[in-house]
Amino acid sequence: MKAKKGELKVITGNSAAAYGAMLCRPDVVASYPITPQTEVVEQLSKFHADGVLEAEMIEVEGENSAMNAVAAATLAGGRAFTATSSWGLVYMYDAVLQAAGFRAPVVMANVNRETPGILAVSSGQQDMIQTRDAGWIQVIVENSQEILDTIIMAFRLAEDYDIQLPVMVNYDGFYISYLAEGVRIPAKDDVDQFLAVLKTQPKRTIMDPTHPIGAGSHGLMTEFMELRYKHCAALDRAKKKFDEIDKDYGDFFGRSYGGQIEEYRTEDADFVILTSGSAVGTSRTVVDAKRAEGVKVGLIKLRMFRPFPQEKLIKAIKGKKAVGVIDRSVNFGWNSGPIYTELRALYPEIGPMPILSFIDGLASIDITKPHIERVIDDVANAAKGKPYQAVTWIPLEERE
Amino acid sequence: MKEIRFHGRGGQGAVLAARMLAISLVAEGKCVASFPMYGFERRGAPVVAFTRFDDKQIMEKTQIYNPDCLVVIDPGLLKLPTLFTGLNPNGTLILNSSKVFDKQPNENLKLAGVVNATQIAVEEVGRDVPNTCLLGAFAAVTGWVGLQSVMASVGEYFGGEILRKNLRCVERGYNEVKVIKWQ
Repeated sequence: MKAKKGELKVITGNSAAAYGAMLCRPDVVASYPITPQTEVVEQLSKFHADGVLEAEMIEVEGENSAMNAVAAATLAGGRAFTATSSWGLVYMYDAVLQAAGFRAPVVMANVNRETPGILAVSSGQQDMIQTRDAGWIQVIVENSQEILDTIIMAFRLAEDYDIQLPVMVNYDGFYISYLAEGVRIPAKDDVDQFLAVLKTQPKRTIMDPTHPIGAGSHGLMTEFMELRYKHCAALDRAKKKFDEIDKDYGDFFGRSYGGQIEEYRTEDADFVILTSGSAVGTSRTVVDAKRAEGVKVGLIKLRMFRPFPQEKLIKAIKGKKAVGVIDRSVNFGWNSGPIYTELRALYPEIGPMPILSFIDGLASIDITKPHIERVIDDVANAAKGKPYQAVTWIPLEERE
Repeated sequence: MKEIRFHGRGGQGAVLAARMLAISLVAEGKCVASFPMYGFERRGAPVVAFTRFDDKQIMEKTQIYNPDCLVVIDPGLLKLPTLFTGLNPNGTLILNSSKVFDKQPNENLKLAGVVNATQIAVEEVGRDVPNTCLLGAFAAVTGWVGLQSVMASVGEYFGGEILRKNLRCVERGYNEVKVIKWQ
């Protein structure tokens, strides 16, 4: 059976996030506005005022309360959504850790923005990177349609009985949060049907005042280790589950994104570049142009950052001659990009090859076509065995 | 693919104009990608907005460096030293101004539409919101989108009296724009 085509509307990435959440009929929404996410809260409030969204909207005084409210709502058996960005994500950090530790299946849109330290109301993935080790599932998307579709998939992943983990759907602030595109809005009853499988699963343990249980107070030694072990095992299971959900989504709605990663023209490629978010779209056009010149380059889009799609990446990269990674954030202490450092950990499996780190796009700097052409040229030379620079801060070199 | 870059100031409606144009183009079956670039939302701060349209899905997520058309909502921004940098050799300009050019401002600029959108907005709406008038002028000068589609897109954002006032701005922009051509 196929879903209906859905209405085509010109909406921004932020609106798409709000539509995605609304269509999943959350019981509770609690979110605090922050640039460049504010429109998500505005749109959800409008849905609520119009009667389209029947959730309980909790007007919170800050992000910390927002995360505590939605995590508690999921632990009471409800479906809950929130959205934030940058300083907001930092301000809720203890609650972010709590939500993961409690295995609270919250879905959160995080609109990527630079973080405190250097004031910057601008795009960058540093906020997401700084919650990398919180135990959440983290997905990065490329455009407005993918935001909507991925939020629907995220609820199915978060609430799956075998997973029960919070999911963060990340999209670049400004470049995608404000990007108005034609977006297909699925029909609500079709989304109901897509999520219906959750109702056939065993019921997850919930907090019920009439049947008190102790949970999350503390764990000692081996009990603590067992909880951590199970958390890690659930994250591991999330990889395959995400691929399956993506495939189901494609079969039903006609749109799918490859699950953990998407490979673009990699099959016969000599070398590949790896990136995420809005840079992927532009990279597609540059790869197409380079292919037309006879350069055998491929592109890998990293969709899932936590858990890290090791197996998929090994399969995609093994046998290539070189790989270049474009990061829109930094890995403090490694003087390189975070996705690059993660990929370096796969070095034994992918085999000896040059791995190049490119840092670009911090603080809303545009990851332009010439930047990506430069990446491809550098990786092409490294693939030919020429000496290469391990880490390149593209816009700074350009300035010289 | 056509690429359009809007230059305005916070509060003049550059972002909304770019989105209305996107809606009208999608209504005509085009694929569109449109986004603004600014930091904090501040009235009076320079705002740039980018709109691309094509017959196929648009993958680029970058800002626009080689526009086919510039839409300048605040005539003060004509002084921007980089305004015309990278303009397509068959470039078009839609300008809100009370003055018409006496000479070609850039060799790549071949077609300009000038309309006093501020005055029209003050007359029709009662304040300086020149964006919808310039969309009417855009439709007339470029021919890339129909007047009816633009008018329908304004209805997505306004209703009642304010919609009627803005629709008069669109129509007047369409009818009153002065077209200048260079070789």
